[in-house]
Amino acid sequence: MSTIFAKTATLGWGPFWEVVSAPRVVAAFRLTFGASAVAASINTVFGLLVAWVLVRYSFPGRKIVDALVDMPFALPTAVAGIALTAVYAPSGWIGAPLSKWGIQAAFAPLGVVIALTFIGLPFVVRTLQPVLESTEPDMEEAALTLGATRWQTLRRVVFPPLIPALLTGFALSFARAVGEYGSVAFISGNMPLKTEIAPLLIMTKLEQYDYAGATAIAVVMLVISFSILLTINLLQAWSRRWTGGK
Amino acid sequence: MSIDVQGLTKKFGDFRAVDDVSFRLEAGSLSALLGPSGSGKSTLLRMIAGLETPDAGEIRLTGAEATAQSARDRNVGFVFQHYALFKHMTVWDNVAFGLDVRKAPKEEIDARVADLLRLVQMQGYERRFPSQLSGGQRQRIALARALAPQPKVLLLDEPFGALDAKVRDELREWIRRLHDETHVTTLFVTHDQQEAMEISGKIIVMARGRIEQEGTPLEIFDKPATPFVAQFVGETNIVESVVSAPELALWGPFRFTVTGPAVGARVRIFFRPNDVYLSSNPETLQVEGKITRSRFRGPLIEHHVDVGAERPVIAHVPKGVSLASGFDAGRRVWVGVTAFHVFPVDPQ
Amino acid sequence: MDGGKIMAGSATGLARKGALGPSRSLTEPRWVQWIAIGVALAFLSLFLVVPLVSVFVNAFAKGIAVFAKAIVDPMALSAIKLTFLAALISVPANLVFGLAAAWAITRFRFPGRNFLITLIDLPFSVSPVISGMVFVLMFGAQGWFGPWLSDHGIKILFAVPGIVLATIFVTFPFVAREVIPLLQSQGTDEEEAAFVLGAGGWQMFWRVTLPNIKWGLLYGVILCNARAMGEFGAVSVVSGHIRGRTNTIPLHVEILYNEYNFAAAFAVASLLACLALVTLAAKSWVEWRYRNEN
Repeated sequence: MSTIFAKTATLGWGPFWEVVSAPRVVAAFRLTFGASAVAASINTVFGLLVAWVLVRYSFPGRKIVDALVDMPFALPTAVAGIALTAVYAPSGWIGAPLSKWGIQAAFAPLGVVIALTFIGLPFVVRTLQPVLESTEPDMEEAALTLGATRWQTLRRVVFPPLIPALLTGFALSFARAVGEYGSVAFISGNMPLKTEIAPLLIMTKLEQYDYAGATAIAVVMLVISFSILLTINLLQAWSRRWTGGK
Repeated sequence: MSIDVQGLTKKFGDFRAVDDVSFRLEAGSLSALLGPSGSGKSTLLRMIAGLETPDAGEIRLTGAEATAQSARDRNVGFVFQHYALFKHMTVWDNVAFGLDVRKAPKEEIDARVADLLRLVQMQGYERRFPSQLSGGQRQRIALARALAPQPKVLLLDEPFGALDAKVRDELREWIRRLHDETHVTTLFVTHDQQEAMEISGKIIVMARGRIEQEGTPLEIFDKPATPFVAQFVGETNIVESVVSAPELALWGPFRFTVTGPAVGARVRIFFRPNDVYLSSNPETLQVEGKITRSRFRGPLIEHHVDVGAERPVIAHVPKGVSLASGFDAGRRVWVGVTAFHVFPVDPQ
Repeated sequence: MDGGKIMAGSATGLARKGALGPSRSLTEPRWVQWIAIGVALAFLSLFLVVPLVSVFVNAFAKGIAVFAKAIVDPMALSAIKLTFLAALISVPANLVFGLAAAWAITRFRFPGRNFLITLIDLPFSVSPVISGMVFVLMFGAQGWFGPWLSDHGIKILFAVPGIVLATIFVTFPFVAREVIPLLQSQGTDEEEAAFVLGAGGWQMFWRVTLPNIKWGLLYGVILCNARAMGEFGAVSVVSGHIRGRTNTIPLHVEILYNEYNFAAAFAVASLLACLALVTLAAKSWVEWRYRNEN
């Protein structure tokens, strides 16, 4: 890792700034972090739902669904990439109906979000599941005997202790999304300024033997990811304090 | 504010956790459900609270049918064994919760919470989180929280089970006083007979999902209705014998007067160690024995006396008496049984 | 940094209990449950099931002959061979490294211990592309070791060693991350007991430590293998995409796809999808065995 910073240092401030402030690079950063944040948010909301359904409800096929959640860990990203592209392309199974509604999924920023949602999907589910499973029912029973409706119980008793785990899941999903390359490379169409993500830009620069440029972008990515994760960690510590947990 | 239970039954699969249980608790009473673990006492309590649905039977609170009512509408205060405090809420918010969800006006909530914290002597802890409290303090907050919505009845599930001995003693005394002040009909579950005896006006003893006996602590202790109660409540000597002549059963050198069982019936005779009288002189006692073992048990000394039967008789003698009489292992003594209970052995 | 919790999360996943059976008053009305289940399943179908099915449908879209031809194509076969080679080297390597690192971290206090913990997580925290780039910076023509390597005629970058190294790097955390929590919770009591009873270091490991961590180890190996065979980003950077020489299965899929040879691309991709399904099945089996034993 130190090679990255050493290599960047050879560049000097001026050229470094020139590389990372180029419109194409800035657009790539914006897309990478923006789409990752959107994807991680989607995963937080639906991950909570999926984890809840898997832990609390019983329905036929629950075990299979539970195993399936790990699919993004097991399926190579390149396969995920071409599969998602096939499905969400304007001619694809889901892409076709979407394009009838005037929504373009693949080869558009939405496609990037879809791919990043796919690869980050297990994180929130898998961080929440053990927390939900270890929850004793007595807090909910207490709320019930105190006269709370089910909705009040969920909102005020069940949900708040989950916030730290939700933040962890969000952070993991986000971190994974920021670095993702394989699946996005296929579905995004890689149009400069529009659907090009930062890891792809690094790849392009490497192929052009522009090692200094590639490392400059990598440094910015590492620094931004690191500070975002740090913020989330602080937020988590803070929320843990407020939720009174250890 | 009375509790009426009629024919209550709860099955878990084939297992009858609570089997056709009926009783009535008067308004303002303080009663204990006593039984070993697995006797169905907690399930019974949870059904009264509405946390479990009975398979059969009826629950009436203050005379009104409540069997089909949701726990939310029963207005029953429930204190959980492990407190079940809301970990992410302060002490204040915990106590206020029951009023808050019913949309009580803020001034009313503030006044009531402050009152209750004074009642449970927890003023000054309003901003603390449960994780910052000791076990006894948590239990007091759990009580205050349960009392906040002014429940018709207060149910406590093993309220002192998770506390150490000293705190448990304090809290028992304290619950007694709290009840004297609030007069809420209170029913608590315990497996500790000492606890049940000390606090409650009425004890319901349960075993295997059924009621064995209900009555005052004195009745339960002195007049056990079943062998189970005789055995479970307090310590006891248990011996088996056969009615050999009308109204007579022999065990070793002892002669027990038995009314009821016919000649030839097998009986089990229960007598408590504190109903065994030891003396260094024959007096009127006919039975002679020898102390084989003495155990120091604080205020009393437990003596195992060999009377030539298949097992020694256990006697509890107050420490002072025992020391003054010089009772110790190896000593010859005369033995008498002042009270005993006879139950026929179920032909199995 | 935080990426480390990825596997910590799945390690607790290994220890999951059965679901609760909440009583009637403690759950949502049946219709709410069905809506929630419906939405959750719809979400999972949209993102997981439909794409997975599409791989197989597209693979056989032009018939079984095209499928077979794509698989037995010499280029495909050499990619398969390379992928297995990379996995065959990197999985055992990481089994050893991971165990050693986990052992060191849980059993000893030493300077730099926290640094090592952070280091284990590193490959999870950074983009695979950046991971690959590190090797380019180290072993490339202008890299730190580049000139020395080319003087001695050793080729790492754009060659098989580079691919193996990159694979080992990105799959390093799996075994360690699974084993650490198990070693931690196991503690040293049993090992000390064995030691007092006169067991030697190896005996202690084989007869006390290993039986306790075997499921975690297997779990880590399964995940490690899946990633080793499927890694794309890092390998893509270091491979140089030389057909028949430095192409792994995922890279071969990319080439076919970029040549608009979709049927062949999906045919080869379906092999990896099968691998994923086998991985999930094996993973569930290990979880099941682990739960039964505990």
